[in-house]
Amino acid sequence: MKSKAIAAPYIVWMCIFIVVPLFLVAYFAFTDSTGAFTLENIIQVGQYSDVFLRSIWMGALATLFSLLLGYPLAYIISKSNLRRQSVLIMLVMLPMWMNFLLRTYAWMTLLEDNGMINNFLAALGLPRLHMINTAGAVVFGMVYDYLPFMILPLYTVLIKIDRSVIEAAQDLGANSCKVFLKVTIPMSMPGIISGITMVFVPAVSTFIISKMLGGGSNLLIGDLIDMQFLGNAYNPYLGSAISLVLMVLILICMGIMNQFDEDGSAEGGKML
Amino acid sequence: MKKLLSLFLCGLFFCTCFIFPVSAEESGEEAAPDTGVTINVYNWGEYISDGSDGTLNVNQEFTRRTGIHVNYTTFDTNESLYSKLVSGGASYDVIFPSDYMVARMINEGMLEKLDFSNIPNYTYIDEEYRNLAYDPKNEYSVPYTWGVVGIFYNKKYVKEVPTSWDVLWDDQYQGKILMFDNPRDAFGIAQKRLGYSFNSTDMAEWQEAAELLKEQKPLVQAYVMDQIFDKMEIGEAWLAPYYAGDAAILVEENDSIGFAIPTEEGTNFFVDAMCIPEGSQHKAEAEAYINFLCDPEIAAANMEYVGYSTPESSAKELMDEEITSNPIYYPPQEIIDNSEVFLSLPSDINEKIDKLWVEVKMGSSGSTYTLIAVLAGFLLLYIVIVITKTMKRRRMNRY
Amino acid sequence: MKKTLSRVYMALIFLFLYAPIVILILFSFNDSDTKSRAVWSGFSLRWYQKLFSNAELLNALRNTVIIAIIAAVVATILGTVAAIGINSMKKWSKRVIMNIGNLPMVNPEIVTGISLLLLFVFGARLLHVELGIFSVILAHITFCLPYVILSVMPKLRQMDNSLYEAAQDLGCTPVRSFFKVVFPEILPGIITGAVMAFTLSIDDFVISYFTSGTTQTLPVYIYSMTRKRVSPEINALSTLLFGTILVLLLIVNFSKKKSGDTKEAAQER
Repeated sequence: MKSKAIAAPYIVWMCIFIVVPLFLVAYFAFTDSTGAFTLENIIQVGQYSDVFLRSIWMGALATLFSLLLGYPLAYIISKSNLRRQSVLIMLVMLPMWMNFLLRTYAWMTLLEDNGMINNFLAALGLPRLHMINTAGAVVFGMVYDYLPFMILPLYTVLIKIDRSVIEAAQDLGANSCKVFLKVTIPMSMPGIISGITMVFVPAVSTFIISKMLGGGSNLLIGDLIDMQFLGNAYNPYLGSAISLVLMVLILICMGIMNQFDEDGSAEGGKML
Repeated sequence: MKKLLSLFLCGLFFCTCFIFPVSAEESGEEAAPDTGVTINVYNWGEYISDGSDGTLNVNQEFTRRTGIHVNYTTFDTNESLYSKLVSGGASYDVIFPSDYMVARMINEGMLEKLDFSNIPNYTYIDEEYRNLAYDPKNEYSVPYTWGVVGIFYNKKYVKEVPTSWDVLWDDQYQGKILMFDNPRDAFGIAQKRLGYSFNSTDMAEWQEAAELLKEQKPLVQAYVMDQIFDKMEIGEAWLAPYYAGDAAILVEENDSIGFAIPTEEGTNFFVDAMCIPEGSQHKAEAEAYINFLCDPEIAAANMEYVGYSTPESSAKELMDEEITSNPIYYPPQEIIDNSEVFLSLPSDINEKIDKLWVEVKMGSSGSTYTLIAVLAGFLLLYIVIVITKTMKRRRMNRY
Repeated sequence: MKKTLSRVYMALIFLFLYAPIVILILFSFNDSDTKSRAVWSGFSLRWYQKLFSNAELLNALRNTVIIAIIAAVVATILGTVAAIGINSMKKWSKRVIMNIGNLPMVNPEIVTGISLLLLFVFGARLLHVELGIFSVILAHITFCLPYVILSVMPKLRQMDNSLYEAAQDLGCTPVRSFFKVVFPEILPGIITGAVMAFTLSIDDFVISYFTSGTTQTLPVYIYSMTRKRVSPEINALSTLLFGTILVLLLIVNFSKKKSGDTKEAAQER
C-alpha cells in the first residue's frame, strides 16, 4: 500500500477548509474596515481581559467538578460486571441524544426562583435558594452538558488497567487506598487528560449556557465573539482578534496538558 | 460492530420516514399554481399570525394564493438583523427593521428602492405613517406596525401602577427586573430618565446613560428580549419594559399582569417597517409579499393575533372592537405626542454605543496587561515543563 | 456498605443527568394554551398532533437529516481514503498532516464556526452564490473528517500489510485487492467513523449557526425558539427521537445478548 497520492483530495480539502479559514481569521484580526494593517484590534482585546479571566476560571471550575463527579462514576462502572457495564455506559451516553439546547433550557425551569427545585424546597419547609442567573448556574450548566465527555475517556482507560498490576501492588503490601492513589490514578492519567481537554475547551468557549442560565450578565468569551459576528455589536475585525487570542490560549493550555500526559504514561511505565 | 451498523441503518430508516410526508399542505379551492420560487423572510419572533388556535396562517395563505413559498426565519434585535445582513452570512428578500435601523440601512446603501406599482395596497396606509423621518420620501419601506414602549408589571407584587421609569431602579424589586437586551432600547430608558433625547449626538450624555445602566445592573435579573413572556407569566420576574403590542399575549392571558406607559418622562414611539435588502434575488415576489401583508383583511387578521398596532384605518375597522378601543394598543394622542422616535445616528456614535453597551453588560473594562500577563504565564509554565522534562530525560539517559 | 454507597452515588449522578430530560418529556404532554414551560395543566397529546402540521419544524428536521446523511457519507469516503494515504506516509509528514487535520477537534467550535463563516462569505461573494444548505454540508464534512480518520487509522495500523501484497502477487489489481483484503479488515473502523460523523452532524449547533445563512437546521430552529418561547411541539419531537433511540438501543442490546448466548452455546458444544 504505497499510495500516498490518494491522500491528496483530503490534503486539498484540509487546506481550503481548515488552513485558509484560519488565515482569514488572522487576516481580519490585523486589519481594519478599510483593509489596512492595524494592531488596534489586538490591543482592544485587552479591554476584555476580565471576560477572558472569567471564562478561564469558570471553565476550570467546571472541569474540576466534572472530574470530581465523573471519576468515581467511571470507576464504579469499570468495576461492575460486563453486562451491566454496557448498560451503564449506554445510560451515560443516552442524554446526548437529546438536543443540548433543550436540555439546558429545561434547567431553567428547574433552577428558577419559582422553579421546580425551589417549589420542592418550599414544600418541605426549607428556605428557597437563588440559583438562576448566577455564575454558579453557568458552571452548573457546563458540568451538566460536558460530564459525559469526562466519563467516557475515563472509563475507556480504567477498564484497560491490567488487574494483575493492582494485585501485584496489593501483594507487595499496599492497602486499597494506597493502590488507588499510587496505581489506579497514575495509570488512568491519559484518560484524565483527554477528559479534561474535552470538557475544558467547549466550556471556555461556550456562549449558549451563559445566555440561558447566566441571564446575559455573566458574559463569556463565546458571547463576546458571537456579539461581534451575529449579535448586537457588529465588528468582525475585533471578533477575529478575540478568536485568535482565544485560540492561542487554548493551544497553550493543550500543550501544557499534553506534557502531563506523557509524564503520566512515563511514570506508569516506570512502575511496571 | 454489527450493532452500530444496524443502529445506523435503523436511524436512517426512521429519519427518512420523516422526510417525505412534509409538503402535505392542504390546497384550498383556488390555489395558485406553484411558481417554484421561495422567498426568505426575516422577521421578529412572535410577529406574524402562525395559524395556532384557529387563527389565520399568513405564510400558508400567501403560498396558497400566489404559489410563492416562504422560508420564514426570525431574529430578536435590530442589531442582530443588521449583523446578519452586513456579515454576508445570509441573504433575505423581506426584512422587518424598526425606524432607526431603516434609516441606518438606507444610509449604508443596504436597501433596495421599492417598486410601488407592485404594492397597490400601499394606498391603505394612513397618511400619518407615510414619509416619516427615517424614510422621508418613502422610497424604501412600508410600515408594518407601530407602537410604544411601556412597562409590564405583576400586579400582585407591584402595587402602584408605574408612571415613571424610576421603578426600574427601585431596589425593593431587586432581582425581579428584566431589561432589554439591545443597546438602543436599554439606553433609551436611561436617557429618558435623565431627560435627554434618544438621538443625542453628545457622547457625554450617552456616557451618563451608560453609568445609569451600570448602576441598575445589580437589580436586573436578566437582559432578555422575547423571553420576558415566559418569565413574566410564571412570576419569575415582576417588572419588564417591553413593546405594547405584546400585551396581546401577556396581559390578556394573565390576569395578574398589567401594562403601563411611563407618562412622566415620556416614552419611545416606534414603527416597524417592511423592506427589501439590497441584492434580493426575488424582488418582485418580495413586493408581492409586502403587498399581501398590506391587504386590509390580512392585516386585520394578522394584527389581531400579533397585537401590535396597525397603520391602516381600513384594517382597524375590520378588527375586533375590543382591541381597537383598548388604550394599550391604540394609546390616546397625548401619549404619542409625549413620545420620541429613534433616529439613525452617525456611525462613529453607533460604534461608541456598541462599546458602551458591551461595557454595561460586562462590567468594568480590564487592562491589556492582565491578558498579556495571563498569556505569558501560561507560556512560561509550558516552557518550564518542557525544559524540566528534557532535563529529566537526559539525566535518565545518562544512567 | 461500600456497595450501597456506590449505588447511591450512581443514582444521584443519573438523577442529575436525567432530571431535565424527564421535565422535557413531561411537558410535551402538557395541556396548556400558552406554551408554558413551567405550569402543568393536565395531560394531552395535542402537541404531538400539531407537530405533524408544523411545516417550518418538519422542514428544519428534513434539512438536518439531509445534511447529516450527505456529510456522513462524504466524510466517511474521503476520510477512509485519506487514512489509507496518510498511513503510508513518512513519519514526519504524517505527523504534520494529522496535527493540522485535527485542528477542528482541538479548536473551540466557535472559532471553527467563524473561520468557516469568513471563508464562505468570501467564497460566496466571489462566486455570486448564497450561504445555505450547501455551506452547512461543507462545514459539517470538515469537522467530521478527523473523527473518521481517527477511527479508521488504528484498524489500518493493526492490519498485516503482507496480506495486501500477497493478493497482488496472486494477480489481483490494486483496487480489487483493496476491496477483497483491506476493506473487510478496516470495515469496523469505517462504520464507527460513519456513525460518529452522523451523530455529530445531527447534533451540531454552533458551526451550523454561523454557516447556515437562511437555511434552518433543527438545532438552529430550536435556538431561535429558546430566544422567545420553546413550543412544546419541540419537546414532542425530541421525545419521539429520544424514544426511538432508546428502543433501538434496547433492541440491539437484547439481540446482542441473544447472539452472544448462542455463540457461547456453540463454543460449549
